[in-house]
Amino acid sequence: MHRYHRAAALTAAVLAGTLFAAGCSSSSGGKKSEESAAGVSAGKASTPRMTVAMVTHASPGDTFWDLIRKGAQAAAAKDNIKLVYSSDPSAGNQANLVQNAIDQKVDGIALTAAKPDAMKDVIAKANAAGIPVVGFNSGVNDWKKLGMLEYFGQDENIAGQAFGARLNTLGAKHALCVIQEQGQVALEARCAGLKKGFSGKTDILYVNGTDMPSVKSTITAKLRADSSIDQVVTLGAPIALTAVQSLSDAGSKAKIATFDLNKDLVKAVQDGTIEFAVDQQPYLQGYLAVDALWLYRTNGNFSGGSTAPVLTGPAFITKDNADSVAAFAAKGTR
Amino acid sequence: MSTAQHAEPAVTTPPAPGPAKETDGRTRQRPLAVRLLARPEVGVFLGAVAVFVFFLITAPPVRDGSSMANVLYQSSTIGIMALPVALLMIGGEFDLSSGVAVITSALTASMLAYQLSMNIWVGAIAALIVSLAIGFLNGWLVVRTGLPSFLITLGTFLILQGVNLAITKLVTGNVATDDISDMDGFDQAKKVFSSSFDVGGVDVKVTVVWWLGFAVLATWVLLRTRYGNWIFAVGGNKDSARAVGVPVTFTKISLFMLVGFGAWFVGMHQLFTFNTVQSGEGVGQELIYISAAVIGGCLLTGGAGSAIGPVFGAFMFGMVQQGIVYAGWNPDWFKAFLGVMLLGAVLINLWIQRSATRR
Repeated sequence: MHRYHRAAALTAAVLAGTLFAAGCSSSSGGKKSEESAAGVSAGKASTPRMTVAMVTHASPGDTFWDLIRKGAQAAAAKDNIKLVYSSDPSAGNQANLVQNAIDQKVDGIALTAAKPDAMKDVIAKANAAGIPVVGFNSGVNDWKKLGMLEYFGQDENIAGQAFGARLNTLGAKHALCVIQEQGQVALEARCAGLKKGFSGKTDILYVNGTDMPSVKSTITAKLRADSSIDQVVTLGAPIALTAVQSLSDAGSKAKIATFDLNKDLVKAVQDGTIEFAVDQQPYLQGYLAVDALWLYRTNGNFSGGSTAPVLTGPAFITKDNADSVAAFAAKGTR
Repeated sequence: MSTAQHAEPAVTTPPAPGPAKETDGRTRQRPLAVRLLARPEVGVFLGAVAVFVFFLITAPPVRDGSSMANVLYQSSTIGIMALPVALLMIGGEFDLSSGVAVITSALTASMLAYQLSMNIWVGAIAALIVSLAIGFLNGWLVVRTGLPSFLITLGTFLILQGVNLAITKLVTGNVATDDISDMDGFDQAKKVFSSSFDVGGVDVKVTVVWWLGFAVLATWVLLRTRYGNWIFAVGGNKDSARAVGVPVTFTKISLFMLVGFGAWFVGMHQLFTFNTVQSGEGVGQELIYISAAVIGGCLLTGGAGSAIGPVFGAFMFGMVQQGIVYAGWNPDWFKAFLGVMLLGAVLINLWIQRSATRR
């Protein structure tokens, strides 16, 4: 056995050494060419240190949720808040995380209510313990019922309708709405809204968002099966960028528009590969949720007057305004 | 042709008994058709044909050549991993970390090259080393501790999932890697891992060629080399294999490293197709690879199976996944359709084998 160990280790070391020594450096792209820009900072409040818990239903490693967290961190840094972030896609586990925050006696909780029923009891407990709870991103129809103070986010159905209305003006006839997570309420609501606002025909396609090659070939298959589709609507930036390849594979002339942004997507809008994107401004959602708790604690303010949700979207990013967003997207905050 | 792939290192199964042997009355020669059906890969082959014909009839777009190329592409991304996973299962172990290991490999290549502004190939080779090391670690732990590979690889599965996310976040500041498509060596690597070529007006992805090439290679290794015999032997009975001089430790560790190689290859394909990788991907894929191998006739207990079976297993997955879309069925039922088709295929496979081996 020892022979194999040593041989493998030696080969690896020699190989790595040679490659670095040979100076295989890239003359384009890479970290060197990335412009390092300063992060968002707005000074720091002198109010007493407080702790805020943010509990979401995000699955780890998703670009969208990373933006929310960055926004929350920026607000926390400004407001002299210690931010405790946690997330779990399963509703039961998410409720446990909220209970955990209550046990820690935090000064405020910001949470998403993708599955409202699961959060009902634990929010009541937080209220009983005197901890203010604000909602964001998911649960626009239920936040008041659940006893939350305020809500920040996009009404997904309204956003879907606005999306559909825009497609009407662009002359699309047959749209394909691609859902990357079957049974996710917010995503289904977007496609339902699209169906309502769009005067043409809308088909729904489910893909497996954790397997990109499969997303790619499934969209290709659908476009081949139905050549009358002239508009692909995706609900996440990575899915939109993958759909670009499906289109060329299928030889389809369809156009692509999407919900949600990331920096590569902004580039794609700038060069016209993707028509437009609807931005619900996740950074803003995270920022406002934390900042609102600070305002409530330090000044008794209620955003949205505690009666109406504070909408962060839909904001349309098109070729005309993409340049103004691009710099922020490159930093990873839009 | 050997008749059975069950490992019995001490007893050699007589290859294709000649007509003279029939007369001694003990080994009655069964008809050729029955003998063929008893082979594990024939069952899955018929299952794959059934699924294919079914969609050919119900989904007209499938009849088009380029649709077929798309089905094969989907199958190849599963199939390239299903092959080493199947070999590992024949060797009596399995690997739950294979899905996230694909993403680990892609992340390593992308981040290393980007952060150090190096040629893409430096990242790709470093990723290969990392992937093989993960395979080595899995194998070494399994052999050294004697614990079930389920436990060991469940551990690495969780570790890799966390490491993928945490390191990506630490290094890039985001949860996805940066776009590497404008860096040196990218176009070359793209040609190797994710290009496509034209066959009679149909755009065929290069992964299909790699997939079938690897399958031929694996079949040859399994049936014609000493190493192939070792795989069957360690999967059948580890102790008696060791007793007759099979290097059990080497065989098992190298099989895990082979899965590492597969993970690297598929990881590179993903990276050079999509330019960036999200660190949360890959979870759940390991079950797809294992399913393709099991449908392809590899026993969960080891010691039996083939390399060609998982090819049809992966094809069945690709065909059903895309066929449902081509057929334009109500997408609400997507997962249910997939489950029913696969369960049906496995049952047909089982039934054919049972009725063929009964007499």
